[in-house]
Amino acid sequence: MAKMNKTATGKNRLKNMSDTNLLLMITVIVFFLMYIGAIVFQGGGFLKPQTFFNILNANAALLIASCGMSLVMITGSIDISVGGVAALVSMCCAVYLDKMGGNVFVSLLIAVGIGLAFGLVQGYLVAYLDIQPFIVSLAGMFFARGMTTIVHTNPFNVENEAFVALKDTRVIVPGIGTVNRVGKYVDAYVEIGVIVAVVLVIALFFALRYTKLGRSFYAVGGNGQSALMLGINVKKTRFIAHLLCGLLAGIGGYVYFLHVGSGAPSHATGMEMNAIASSIIGGTLLTGGVGNIIGTFFGVMSLSTIQNIVSSAGLDQAWWTGITVAAMLCLFLVIQSVIMARKSKSN
Amino acid sequence: MKNITNKMRGKQIFIPIVALVLLALFNLIVDPSFYKVTMDVNSAGNPVLSGYLITILDYGSELAILAIGMTLVTAASGGQDISVGATVAIAGSVILRVLCGTNSRPETLQAPVIVAFLVACLAAMACGAFNGLLVAKFNIQPMIATLILFTAGRSIAAWINNNELPVISEESFGVYGGFIPGIPIPTPVFIMLICVLVTGLALKYTNLGLYTQAVGINASSSRLNGLNPAFIKFLAFVILGLCVAVVGLIKVSRLSSINYSVIAKDIEMDAILAVALGGNALSGGKFNMAASILGAYVIQFLTTTLYKFNVDSAALSAYKAVVVIALVVSSAPVVRKKFAGLAKKLKPQAKEVA
Amino acid sequence: MKEKSVLEMRNIHKSFPGVRALQAVDFTLCEGEIHALMGENGAGKSTLIKVLTGVYEKDEGEIYLKGLDKAAVIRSPQDAQNLGISTVYQEITLCPNLSVAENMYIGRGKGVCANWKKMNEDADKILKSLDIPAKATQQLSSCSIAIQQMVAIARAVDMDCKVLILDEPTSSLDEQEVEKLFVLMRDLKAKGVGIIFVTHFLDQVYEVCDKITVLRDGKLVGEYEIKDLPRVKLVATMLGKELDDMSDIKGEQKVYEGKDSGESLFEAEGLQSNAGIKPFDFYIKKGEVNGFTGLLGSGRSECVRAIFGADRVIHGKLKKNGKEVKISKPLDAMKQGIAYLPEDRKLDGIVGDMSVRDNIILAAQVLRGFFRPFSKAEKNKFAEEYIKLLEIKTASADTPIKALSGGNQQKVILARWLLTHPEYLILDEPTRGIDVGTKVEIQKLVLKLASEGMSVTFISSETDEMLRTCSRLVVMRDRKVVGELTGDELTQSGIMATIAGGDN
Repeated sequence: MAKMNKTATGKNRLKNMSDTNLLLMITVIVFFLMYIGAIVFQGGGFLKPQTFFNILNANAALLIASCGMSLVMITGSIDISVGGVAALVSMCCAVYLDKMGGNVFVSLLIAVGIGLAFGLVQGYLVAYLDIQPFIVSLAGMFFARGMTTIVHTNPFNVENEAFVALKDTRVIVPGIGTVNRVGKYVDAYVEIGVIVAVVLVIALFFALRYTKLGRSFYAVGGNGQSALMLGINVKKTRFIAHLLCGLLAGIGGYVYFLHVGSGAPSHATGMEMNAIASSIIGGTLLTGGVGNIIGTFFGVMSLSTIQNIVSSAGLDQAWWTGITVAAMLCLFLVIQSVIMARKSKSN
Repeated sequence: MKNITNKMRGKQIFIPIVALVLLALFNLIVDPSFYKVTMDVNSAGNPVLSGYLITILDYGSELAILAIGMTLVTAASGGQDISVGATVAIAGSVILRVLCGTNSRPETLQAPVIVAFLVACLAAMACGAFNGLLVAKFNIQPMIATLILFTAGRSIAAWINNNELPVISEESFGVYGGFIPGIPIPTPVFIMLICVLVTGLALKYTNLGLYTQAVGINASSSRLNGLNPAFIKFLAFVILGLCVAVVGLIKVSRLSSINYSVIAKDIEMDAILAVALGGNALSGGKFNMAASILGAYVIQFLTTTLYKFNVDSAALSAYKAVVVIALVVSSAPVVRKKFAGLAKKLKPQAKEVA
Repeated sequence: MKEKSVLEMRNIHKSFPGVRALQAVDFTLCEGEIHALMGENGAGKSTLIKVLTGVYEKDEGEIYLKGLDKAAVIRSPQDAQNLGISTVYQEITLCPNLSVAENMYIGRGKGVCANWKKMNEDADKILKSLDIPAKATQQLSSCSIAIQQMVAIARAVDMDCKVLILDEPTSSLDEQEVEKLFVLMRDLKAKGVGIIFVTHFLDQVYEVCDKITVLRDGKLVGEYEIKDLPRVKLVATMLGKELDDMSDIKGEQKVYEGKDSGESLFEAEGLQSNAGIKPFDFYIKKGEVNGFTGLLGSGRSECVRAIFGADRVIHGKLKKNGKEVKISKPLDAMKQGIAYLPEDRKLDGIVGDMSVRDNIILAAQVLRGFFRPFSKAEKNKFAEEYIKLLEIKTASADTPIKALSGGNQQKVILARWLLTHPEYLILDEPTRGIDVGTKVEIQKLVLKLASEGMSVTFISSETDEMLRTCSRLVVMRDRKVVGELTGDELTQSGIMATIAGGDN
């Protein structure tokens, strides 16, 4: 053993690197390579800061939902109802604001309430009744989608004034801007949703890294039986993870609603898939115990960037997005599987 | 001893039967006209049966065929394939592509239907093999692995036909999802019977059943008994692919065309439900094929009943989700244990005497 | 409660489907005492400990702790920890994906946030004071098993506990590490902590313990002061035999002498698998019973798994009757007439939900082929035949195997392999966790099979069992074959000496 410590070669350092950091490193590298590739092949558009911020604007909701997804995935579980919940939240808030003339603050409460309700029920079924999370949340997804249609069938725009004002609020990012074609200086901006998303990312990052609850998420996902023996309340931890995921799906749904400003049964289609893909690309292991919110952030950005590249390459038919996301997910799943198998073997 | 066997077997198939009886009674009380079956003449001038019951038989058969494959996948891998809807779209798209050739609205078929079907079988089995590879070789949970095709499948289906909507004008193609001239019973029922027969023979004259169950219950132990768990799982997914191809044929034959985003929508949910309703554990292991097939018809019965009450097709999923949750909760080991504990508490004296 | 006792367990009952694991067991632990809990495999030691730590819920009985007026309620390991009971288990129960320090501190104390910086420093201090070569920030999975075990010990020790449970912590530690542990235990004892120590190694018991409680078949045999119970008596008590001295046991051991029938049936040359064992040579003759012995983790199972093709063979060859055979998967081995009863019955042996009948015919069916299933009548015939032959107690051949008791499950697995009519039968811990009666039956069966010409490899943690059945023992240490014993060398002390590697 002493010999091994002395010969700390690069390979050994890689081996000693925690799984979380190793996968995070891969993600960050992939993201930068991809973005550089986009700049090289797609030209100047990707050099403008606003392009980057637009990707953020369009994907703030996904980012929030992906954070929730990462949380449950770190505990070794999964929740595929997030897209459905986001659609249901949009629809309920839209109906409330537009048809019932409600106020914006209450609509936010509705969103949070719906999210929490889903988290609560799914968390209870998964953690305390020990039912497979996939089945539970698959049912949750279908339930949410069905309910969305039941609440209101047709898509419509929300014209509530206070809401529209909030929706159109642009937060100027100081110092970064571009000169447009007419020669006028335009400030770069982000939407409110992005601020919410960034705050949540930072908060969750620190929560996962430094709080006891955060560490017990990792413990439960790493080895549930051991975590139990170490005196962690495994059921409660898994329950809380699902509850948080539901809550984040609710908030994410509201941010989505804020971005699109309408209610429709087809909203947020495939969001669960994108969220899972983002988490996996971001280095969260499906088997649990490994993952990082910063990684998830880069995962979302990588995924959005590649979708952006695909659409700006003229392949704007909708089906290409599905195929690229699936291909990327597949690629990363296989990479993960291979890396982890290698690592466990070398130990 | 035989008594016990019968009891055990009876227990599992009991679940779909009870569900069926309940649904049937409900319809009988609310509106007996639900059971009316009439003899009509269709547009081609053939005598056909019609009525809700016939609809159930017709569409339930598609589901039953999928349930066969889904049962095997569930038993072997302990997970479900959620990409079946998307792969049905792929299989259907392939059939149309082969039949239409380069022109999306051909006057005549460009290839025999059997060729198109065989190509679709290959395509669907390739999809199954892809899923199976991820599950068996890379040890990815089945539902996540199949999530890939679940997302990409419909896009791939659209890509196969360059996003065009091919239409087959040849009437004989409609036979597979419609009626054979002169026979008033929908063709899918016969196709289903053939599939069930083949499955039955396969289960009787090979060890498919024993191997799948052994692998599903304890993969590690099966390996030490000389089985290859990875291959068995892979095989289950490929067989499901075959079932998917058959359903794909029926589906496109019904329309003589395809709608990529609607074809076989949410059918994965129904197929999984059929397996669950058949009393099979969704975590894998032992299975009862007959119960799964019956489960498929019960699900279709439920769907048709809901349709009859003017429930929007998009809202159907909400009701079914409730059924799924009720099913998995009632079959969860924790819940069962609690119930067993409750039952014990209710008659503790009887036990003490014994 | 007695004055000096920190823990009293009274009238503890616990049963599992088909097994009564504990029946009316009492156990008392005093302050500043190291108390050995002894018993054969399956005697109920682990169950008793898991009841105490809240992993299992007891069916009946009370647990009293010092400082509590009422019986303690322990429903989870968390409860136990909060009541001042800390535990080190035989298998590592830490999270491999967390850092060393996190493993030491997680699940303890109140509050939302933890000061990880301070904890890392504290952890480093503790690791240093215990001389454990690991860093606080290192990911646990990058440490060796022995270091992981020491980290688990460090965690348990660092908690202000009243009761410390050490459930076979030494099976993966080397001598120096064991010595460190003993120093630690004596320190804690001086501070008034009560320690429960479970181990298979008798030497260790006599080195550190004050009292011994012996369990047998889930029942309490008695509590003894260490000076009142010399080694020989302890063994006799554990085995349940009234014997005064070792020589009597020895006399009983020589039941079977292997016959020397020349040619080896199977022969391994430099065989090595990917499970981390060193290349080994091995042979077995027709009608011979031999065994692999060594400590837990010494590579006994890995050797036989390599022969059976259960782990991937990366080096060496295997010969049958002098001709090389290629075995890359279990099916190849089965075709060569090898059968393997695995170590972990629950994980690798039984197919839980399947009926006894299907469990019996499984291996034979696989050998016969995919397209040639046995008919119903054949299946029934085989099942009935072996249920009768091995006296398997089951309601019917249709009963799922998981409803049977451990011993009967093991018989079903044995039946499964006998049905394949093997030439060479490998039994890896066939008697672990099953009742004494069945143990004896299995031993007798092994000898009978050998006398009929079958070659058998018998592996057991209990050396006296091996002595009773084997004519030749391969001794392993650190995943390497270190010796082979035959004839007169086959004694308890001979084996111990070879395992230890010295000549004491």
